[in-house]
Amino acid sequence: MIIDLQRFVAAGRPYWSDLEKILDRLEAEAASTMSLEQLTRFQRLYERAAADLAKLTTFSAEPETRRYLERLVARGYSEIHETRARRSRLAPRKWFLETLPRTFRRHLRAFYLSLAITLAGCAFGGFALILDPDSRHATMAYGHDQLTPEERVRQEEQATEDRLDGRKTSFSAFLMTHNTKVSIFTLALGMTWGVGTILMLFTNGVTLGAIAVDYVQAGQTKFLLGWLLPHGVIEIPAILIAGQAGLVLAFALIGWGKRRPFTARVREVSRDLTTLILGVGIMLVWAGFVEAFLSQYHEPMIPYDLKIGFGLVELTLLTLFLAKSGAKGGAGEIPAPAVVETRKP
Amino acid sequence: MRTSTLKIRTVEGVVFSQRLAGPVTRFLAWFLDLLCIGLLLWVVSWLSLVVGFLSWNLAGAFSTLAYFVISIGYGIACEWGWRGQTIGKRFFRLRVVDVEGMRLQFNQIVTRNLLRFVDALPAAYFVGGLACWFSPKCQRLGDLAANTVVICNPHVTEPDLDQLLAGKFNSLRQHPHLAARLRQSVSPDEAAVALQSLVRRDEFDPIARIELFAELAAHFRAKVEFPPEATDGIADEQYLRNVVDVIYRSRPEARRDQVLA
Repeated sequence: MIIDLQRFVAAGRPYWSDLEKILDRLEAEAASTMSLEQLTRFQRLYERAAADLAKLTTFSAEPETRRYLERLVARGYSEIHETRARRSRLAPRKWFLETLPRTFRRHLRAFYLSLAITLAGCAFGGFALILDPDSRHATMAYGHDQLTPEERVRQEEQATEDRLDGRKTSFSAFLMTHNTKVSIFTLALGMTWGVGTILMLFTNGVTLGAIAVDYVQAGQTKFLLGWLLPHGVIEIPAILIAGQAGLVLAFALIGWGKRRPFTARVREVSRDLTTLILGVGIMLVWAGFVEAFLSQYHEPMIPYDLKIGFGLVELTLLTLFLAKSGAKGGAGEIPAPAVVETRKP
Repeated sequence: MRTSTLKIRTVEGVVFSQRLAGPVTRFLAWFLDLLCIGLLLWVVSWLSLVVGFLSWNLAGAFSTLAYFVISIGYGIACEWGWRGQTIGKRFFRLRVVDVEGMRLQFNQIVTRNLLRFVDALPAAYFVGGLACWFSPKCQRLGDLAANTVVICNPHVTEPDLDQLLAGKFNSLRQHPHLAARLRQSVSPDEAAVALQSLVRRDEFDPIARIELFAELAAHFRAKVEFPPEATDGIADEQYLRNVVDVIYRSRPEARRDQVLA
């Protein structure tokens, strides 16, 4: 049997046009809502279009009408069967104070792993420097191997002019963008089953450990803390959280002990990845400001105790924020639901 | 297995398909986007020159931040604002969609755009291109992580068959029993070939067009033999038009005309 195409199109056209109008409105206005009556009509129109498509596919191979109906059904399908919440309004305060810390806590194991990898890198860098002082040329980045701690401290404390004079803002912008790029890269390398993320965290730890041991061995611990703490207590956790996000992605990719298919596993963590990396971005903007405007200034201009105190206050606030913020008020953010696999693409 | 179509079966049991975009089309769209980003950065460099009159320090910060925001935010802003399209994708009629046919979410857009950092390695999206080439659904790593695919999104309008099957006199309808037999004996695929040959008739070379319609007319003539008075003096193309008219339209008014006659 071949259907009477013209009659079929003539009969279906008013319903298809109505459905198209509803879909246009839904797609244009994310915040729009429908009454129960409108919703019922929308579903009926969608079901009619789906039935028409099924009929056309069975009884006619006419491609133009089929493509049109397929497109219509695809659009209707995405609106009707979507179970993830639609974010109609931006709520940055709620996102920052509740969603971000809850997301961080939901993946705490990945954060601890990220921390452990960085600490292993620190230990490696530190021991390498103790065992072989020449390793500083391999382990220290950004030219830190060119000066001994004593020379660096002498230079900084005896400086008569501000070496960042007239370029503090651009330096801080450079730090923000550079560190954010590194963080995004650390997250993205989660797609290498986590190998790239682990390497990034480890090498970062190696540099940090080597520099720390170098200054401690030289008796410049106070300078080191005064230099690193103000921005480092935010910057280093930010990189750790980027590593956490990369590891979350890697776990979803590998799917240890999970029977859900890959698409469902990734869908489950996708929103969390975005939340974590946006949080990292905010942290790095702050760290960039602090590094350019405070960390690079030393005694006698700014007392080390003040800088260390500032860093400790920041660290306390950050810890409290990540551990406690948004803890009250129920079970917290509902993670993106895993889609039941009823469709087989 | 690599496929050029994404098929989704709905819970109602209806299957719809979307044509997947290939790596080359996607590369061309990306290249156009790259030009757009370059243009925006050129504008920013001029703006930073203007800011430089106030302070070189501010100008440096402005250009650094603008470069970063544009290079990362361009794809995110365009795909969010245009529901899965950038300027390059609009030009080549491509669209990012959810791999399971769901609504595209902001976090999916962010994820697929941030993972460009890996896809772009070591240069010119080599890793992404390779992944796209070997992936069954032509997905780069960003698409895999975000559960998205890029589809070809041709402009689809409501079909208009009136013009094609406009009611000229159809001699085959003078023999309703043979017309009914023709409708019975033609498969949907044969009907589609006949209809498509008419829809696309102006795309063929003149000689190819004559040959094609001769072949198709002969095929349909062999299925049901109409008396000579219904077929004599009719060109092959007109014969096929009459066949398609019989197959796709039952036309009660034609039957009524015959009864009245």
